[in-house]
Parts: sequence; C-alpha cells; structure tokens
Amino acid sequence: MKSDRLRVLTHRYSTLAVLLVPLLLIVLAADLFGQLVLQRIVIILFINLMMVLALQIFMGNSGVVSFGHIAFMGIGAYASALFSMTPAAKAAALRSLYPILADVYVPFIPALLIGGAIAAVIAAVIGFPMARLSGPAAVIATFALLVITHTVLLNWSEVTNGPRVLFGVEGYTTLWITALAGLLTVILAYWFKETSLGLMLRATREDEHAAASIGVNVVIGRWIAFILSAFVTGVAGGLWAHFIIIFSPVSFYLTQTFLIVMMLIVGGIKSVSGAVVGTLLMTGIFEGLRAIENGVNMSNLLPGTLTGFTEVLLAIAMILLLIRRPAGVMAGREFRLPTRWWNRPESKPVEAETTGQ
Amino acid sequence: MDIAIGLLQFLINALSLGGLYALMALGLALVYSILRLVNFAYGELVMVGGYALLVVGQATGIPWLIVAGVAVLLAVAASLLLERIAFRPVRHAHSNTMLITSFAVSTLLQNAALLLISPRTKAVRIPSFFTENVSVGELLIAKSNIVALVVSFAMLGILTLFLRRTILGSALRAAADDFVMTRLMGVRANLVIATAFAISGLLAGVVSLFWVGRTGSVVPAIGLMPLLVAFVALVIGGVGSLTGAVVGGYLLGFLTVALNSVLPQGMLEFRQAFVFAIVILVLLIRPQGLISLRQRAERF
Repeated sequence: MKSDRLRVLTHRYSTLAVLLVPLLLIVLAADLFGQLVLQRIVIILFINLMMVLALQIFMGNSGVVSFGHIAFMGIGAYASALFSMTPAAKAAALRSLYPILADVYVPFIPALLIGGAIAAVIAAVIGFPMARLSGPAAVIATFALLVITHTVLLNWSEVTNGPRVLFGVEGYTTLWITALAGLLTVILAYWFKETSLGLMLRATREDEHAAASIGVNVVIGRWIAFILSAFVTGVAGGLWAHFIIIFSPVSFYLTQTFLIVMMLIVGGIKSVSGAVVGTLLMTGIFEGLRAIENGVNMSNLLPGTLTGFTEVLLAIAMILLLIRRPAGVMAGREFRLPTRWWNRPESKPVEAETTGQ
Repeated sequence: MDIAIGLLQFLINALSLGGLYALMALGLALVYSILRLVNFAYGELVMVGGYALLVVGQATGIPWLIVAGVAVLLAVAASLLLERIAFRPVRHAHSNTMLITSFAVSTLLQNAALLLISPRTKAVRIPSFFTENVSVGELLIAKSNIVALVVSFAMLGILTLFLRRTILGSALRAAADDFVMTRLMGVRANLVIATAFAISGLLAGVVSLFWVGRTGSVVPAIGLMPLLVAFVALVIGGVGSLTGAVVGGYLLGFLTVALNSVLPQGMLEFRQAFVFAIVILVLLIRPQGLISLRQRAERF
C-alpha cells in the first residue's frame, strides 16, 4: 500500500516537473543565446506568469471572478519602489514625500517582499468581508477595488507623484531573479491547489452550498487564497516596477487587467497548467503583435498609427475562444507524466485516487 | 431667501444629474435582470453614441436633432448586434463566461475606436443650449440641466408605460422575475432578450447625448464613467431590481452633487474613491441593496 501511495504522489506531482522543466529551459536559452530583446520578453513572460498564477490561486480555486487584482500589482510596484529608491532619488522625484519615508532605504529583495506584504495586508483587511460575496456582487466589488486603488494612486501625489511618471527607480530586476520568482510561484500555486484548503476551496467553487453543508468554511478559504494571490501579485508588481523603471498609475488599470484575465481564461482557470499554457501562448502572441504594431507605427507605412491593433485582435480571439471553448485550452486538466512510467506491471491501477479532477 | 435659492439650485442640479444616472443604471439593470449579465460593454454603447455624434455631426447642414437621432439609433443597433454576435453564443455557458465575454467586447470596442478613429480627444459639435444658462429671478440654471431633467423624466415615464401596459413589457418584467418560468409560458427568449438589449442601447444612446454635451468632446474611454455610475446605482438599488436601479441612480446623483458642495477642495479628487468605498460597504452590509423593496431569492 505504501508504494501505491508513493506512486499516487509521484503521479500527482509529475505535473510540476512537466511545467518547471520547459520554463527552466526557456530561461536557460534566453540567458545563453538570447539577445537583450529576447531576455526582456522572457522577463515580461515570467512577471506575467506570476500574476496569472496569482489570479489562478484565487479565481481558479474559488470560482469567484476578480477584476481587481491589478490593484495589488500597482500597490506592490509603488510600495517596493518607495523602499528601494535611494533617499537622493526620492528627494528629486517626490518633493513632498512624508519625512518618515524619505530616508527609508532597503535592498531590492526585502523591498520586493515589503511590497508584496503591503498588498497582502490590504487584501487581508478588505478581503475578509468581501470573501462572503460571489457572483456579480464579487465582480462589482473587486472592480470597485480597482477603481478605488487607481483613484488613490492617481491623486496621492506625495507618494506616487500623481498621474505623472515616477522616475528614479533602479533597474534591479534581472532575468534569473524573475525566473526564480516565477518558478517558485508555479510550485506555490500547485501546492496550494493540492492542500486540503485548496481542495475545500475547489469544492466551494463547484457548489458553494453543498460544500458549506459538509463543514467547509467558504469565507476562510477564499480569504486565505485572496491574501496569498495579493502577495504574489504585489511581488510581481515590484519586479515589474524595477524592470520598467519609469511608470505611472495608468499602467495598473483596465488594459493590464484585461491582459492578465485573458491569459488565465485562454489557458483555463481551473488548473495551474492552464495558467502556464495561457501565459506562454498569449505573451508570445501579444509580444508578436505588439512588435508588428510598433514596427508599422515607426515606419510611417500608414497615414495613421496602429494604436489598439494588438488589443483588438486579442479581444476578437478571446471572444471566439469563449464561444468555442469557454473552459480554455487545458479545460481544467493538469499535465501529467503517464502513470505506466513508474507503475510496475503487477501493481493495481490507482485510478480511484488519481482521477479526482 | 438665499437658502431657498441654494436649495432649489441644488435640487435642480441633483435631479438632472440623478436623472441621467438613473437612465444609465436602468440600461444596465434591464439586461442584468433577465440574463444575470453584468454587461461591461455597456459603457461602450455610450461611446458608440458619442462617436456617431462626432462623425455624423461633421457633415454640415444636418440639424443637430437628426444627428442626435442617428446617434441613438446607432447605439441601439450596436447593442442588438453585440447581443446577436457575442452574447447569444455564450448565453448557456457559465455566467462567468458571459461576464468575461462582455469584458472582452468592451476592450474590443474601445481599442477599435483607438485604432479606427483616434486615441486623442475629439471635439464634437454641440448645440449652443448645452452651454447656455437661464436666470429666473436670482436662480441661475444651465439649460442642459433642464433638458436632462425633462428628458430623463419623460424616458422613465415612457418606459414605465411600456413595461406596464404592453404585452412585450409584461413579458420583460416577467422574464426579469423568473426567466425560466416565462419561457415555459410561451414567451420567446430571443425576443425578450433582444428587446432588453435594444432598450439598453436606447438608454445608453440618450445618455451619450448629454454625456458628450457636458464636455463637448469624445474619447475612446468615455464609456467608463457611465459604466461605473451604473454599477454604483445598481448596487445601491439592489442588484436585479429595475425600480431599485432608478432610485439608486437618483440617490447617487444627489450624493455626487452633495459631495461636490460639502467636500473640501483637496478631497474632491478622491470623490470617486469615496463613492466606490460606499459601494463595497453597501455590498457587504446590505447585499440586497439599500432600498430593496422586497427580498429576492438567488436564481440561476
């Protein structure tokens, strides 16, 4: 029996191997052979991956739609930048910054974690009451969260430089730091899904009332998933901020929300494999289209510009996908290595436990 | 006397803004009540109306009223088209699918405007009464406010008559109450849903006239604010109730005008944040709406 259990576990966690190895190969290839442009795309890919996985942790497991996660990206970006900027840079960029914050200066990684932690704390405070909501109420509430955060970022000039760009952030984000964070997030998302809490949360997704009737605490499950995903999104926002260096609150609004939600939907929200596949697929298509758009805009081939071209094509593709295959490319399945690779012929199949999808 | 004048001024401003908000909310609530769809593309119908005003208005010699009529018709047509192309194929999918479809449609239309027209703000020809004031004694009122007030009352009145006195209207109300049951009674689902989308487009079109009239310009993101307003009013009034949406719209109009005169200048920029914080609070404390007329069970 013991070896059966081991086999089940190996089978279950083979998903991680299937996901991590190709991602690692992408990073290696970018590091060894990639030019700077390609490396930048891979960095963006992994930052996107973190945000899509973070959304999967909450939305995929709980089934509650959130249009508000990009708020945490913005919070993480600004918070980490405030901690990682040198006092001199802050004096130049944020003239009316509060004196307490003016001299704070910590290294990059702690600043990232602080950014994530601040996002998580805000998520914890507002998430607990909001965890009771589902369906349209949750959608409107999370959307309201996005609008509130955007309004605050836009107008809190002391800390964010208002609607103007924030400059003076150092470009600390490297390929390997981002890759490491992204790979860890894959493990985190998969681990969370397989914990008992993740299982309970998935039960509430399928039928909230039935799950509650067998003693599942819907609110606690959603709350913890919300905090966890806010933390990851916050860290991703921090990485993004120290990669882009110059940014303003507009970057953390509807366009970004659409991109991240779309990546998750395309892959399929119910599985970690879906989040990874969606990110790889859509980042590739997005960067390709964007390159065409920028190329045409710069070459003056057309009388006007192609602004919006990428989003139009992506939106059409997404609507078609939602009509044809609403569950996404992976439709909730995870990649797994075939069981026979480690199943000795004499042992019984372990279907009962492995087909719990 | 000054207080009376101030009060009257406040009342007219609040009633005209509230009337517009009520129209916006009703357009969203009508579709929601039948399909359980929070239509994120609703704001883009206002955008369609706005750009129609721009494009048709550029042709000189056409009276503005005809331009306005064309804009409203185009908003209705856009709404019907979206229903047919994007929403009908996903009608029977999970409600989240329909929701995300509407988000994609919204992105599509906004970026199409960016791509095909211009990312920049475009000035729109508007008739002079949008910028004129009339004074009655000491009272100074913007003419556009009076028109908005009258038009919104008229629209709400006509819609009420339609919903209460015609067979199609009754079918619509019945569907809003229990769609499955209504279909079992022999009402055609496609007809009811198309009617709801048509009215939704009509309301968005009328709103677009006044919304564009306020600034005299149109941008691709013009629909965001009406959408947000409709969300808020919908939540205040109790999600899914038509009367609630209208009352919610008026309440929000009053609240906005009041906040404008009460909040200190420095806090005014955060007004939107305040309003949305109120929304989250309402959703948490009274998810059935502040003024919910009766308890409504959750339906599928």
